[in-house]
Amino acid sequence: MTLAEKILARASGYDRVSPEQIVIARVDLAMSHENADLVRKSFLEIGVGRVWDPSKIVIIFDHRVPAESEKTATTHQAIREFVAAQGIEHFYDVGRGGICHQVLPENGHVRPGMLIVGTDSHTTTHGAFGAFATGIGATEMAGVWTEGTLWFKVPSTLRIEVEGELRPWISAKDLILHLIGRLGAAGADYRAVEFDGPAIRRMSVASRMVLTNLAMEMGAKVAFTPVDEILLDYLRPRVPEKLATIAPDADARYERVIRMDAGEDLAEPVIACPHSVDRVKPLSAVGEVPVHQAVLGSCTNGRLEDLEVAARVVAGRSIHPRTRLIVIPASQQVYREAMRLGYLETLVAAGAIINPPGCGPCVGVHQGILAAGETCVSSTNRNFVGRMGSKDSFVYLASPAVVAASAIAGKLAHPEAIVKEAEPCLTEV
Amino acid sequence: MPDGSLKLRGRVRAVLGDNIDTDIIYPGRYLNITDREKTAEHLFELVYPEIRAGLQPGDVIVAGRNFGCGSSREQAAAALKFAGAGAVIAASFARIFFRNAINLGLAAVVSPEAAVVGHASACQPAARPAMLAAGDELEIDLVAGEIHDLTQDRIFPSAPLDPRAAELLAAGGLIPYLKRKYIDQRRNPCLDTV
Ligand code: SF4
Repeated sequence: MTLAEKILARASGYDRVSPEQIVIARVDLAMSHENADLVRKSFLEIGVGRVWDPSKIVIIFDHRVPAESEKTATTHQAIREFVAAQGIEHFYDVGRGGICHQVLPENGHVRPGMLIVGTDSHTTTHGAFGAFATGIGATEMAGVWTEGTLWFKVPSTLRIEVEGELRPWISAKDLILHLIGRLGAAGADYRAVEFDGPAIRRMSVASRMVLTNLAMEMGAKVAFTPVDEILLDYLRPRVPEKLATIAPDADARYERVIRMDAGEDLAEPVIACPHSVDRVKPLSAVGEVPVHQAVLGSCTNGRLEDLEVAARVVAGRSIHPRTRLIVIPASQQVYREAMRLGYLETLVAAGAIINPPGCGPCVGVHQGILAAGETCVSSTNRNFVGRMGSKDSFVYLASPAVVAASAIAGKLAHPEAIVKEAEPCLTEV
Repeated sequence: MPDGSLKLRGRVRAVLGDNIDTDIIYPGRYLNITDREKTAEHLFELVYPEIRAGLQPGDVIVAGRNFGCGSSREQAAAALKFAGAGAVIAASFARIFFRNAINLGLAAVVSPEAAVVGHASACQPAARPAMLAAGDELEIDLVAGEIHDLTQDRIFPSAPLDPRAAELLAAGGLIPYLKRKYIDQRRNPCLDTV
């Protein structure tokens, strides 16, 4: 069986399952952010009174933190009251957490083999921890809060094996954008994706999360990277429970296997052009694009290694006068580490502004919205029409290194053009 | 579908292209609206505001592949339903949108035969335009998997709804379904086994 089949079989009490089969599975963890308020309303409408298991629900405020309006403040308040009334054990209020997909693993909520649902499409991120994790809507979540179970159609699996080595300045973000460009925005619709191969196994946990996060943008229901020593090293200090490893069977059946070479297939950074994530081009093919705003953050690229590479690019330089750089650490923990290591100091010295940990302007509702005619280069994951503000603004998705380089250049730029090789590296303290 | 019927009648209100994402259907800036009825006011607001203006109860939206891709926001399905749409017919749906629609009692009908295939946008024509045209009167049988275009007098196949989804739609959505299961029959969900 594939990873997806193994986890669904376990969670639904079967020895084996196969694609297309419909199963009813027990949910191990149910995550919501501010849309917990919608879930709460649907749940109260159903009328069973108590949630099925208050220890398995995690609620994290991230989309609008701190509250930007009275409306949001009221929503936050209603959720806090509900959390208290139901005895929900894991609640991350303003200033305690960060972006939901960063907070869950960081605080040891995610383990290999779990079945996780979240009222957020990028819940696929947790496949980097060997979990079957997928997004659902609010009413469906109210059903989970009621019954603790959910029906699933067992997905077929697409396996992506990546050989070779990424070139300098090329990151997991470039790799996954390249794949989305090749497969299209619906290229993995309804499917599970398994990423594997030497290039993946060398990646940090943070980089693997970029792959499973963005797999959503090709339609994936779930996405996995391998459960190996690098992952277990990350999990051990965070997870009190005993850790199981999980791997697909050698004779697992795949719908399709895609092989690529990270070095050969990716000669330069890539960009997803407005207004769809699969309009992917090599940076040099995009042409001259002046940039008004550069955004570094989100559940895709707001982690320590992302801030580190950005700090390396901007160190000792100034952001272009036409451009503003908004930096949003993905969580309080990332924030503190980046502060301790001096990355934030470097970024602010170059002219960046630091937003509080959370989603920031990623979904166009908080601090850093775009005006009509403005262009933004962003390390986030969506560039739909109006996603980050005006419907007449333009969002180019790129890696953290390219975002930082573009902020310095005032236009889309290769980090190579900014950082000359001979310069000392910031992180060599 | 308050009556829980699995046969619908309606008029095609609009024919759209591929990858109509959730930000197009319901802009992120209104995500803090949590009254489902009120979401209808912002349906397609940024890109196709005219669709909502002339939408009659029961009207059908036709689109290409991957309708509803993007965010898990349930407001996208809610806005369609509470603006009065009776169904969406598409070549394919993004999975979260499909589930949200069924859970809210909005029919999501898969029919590559009837829908647009290929991109359709200002700069890119579709590989094949939709067979259904705006204004066509339709009769849709969700269980049999048939779209009868009364105006053109043609029948297009659609994917028959799977039994689980049909059960939810017939109940009017997940909330009435669970209400009936646990409240009207006074059962305790915690005693239920899988
Ligand atoms: S950072 Fe953006 S994509 Fe990620 S959870 Fe927040 S709004 Fe969604």
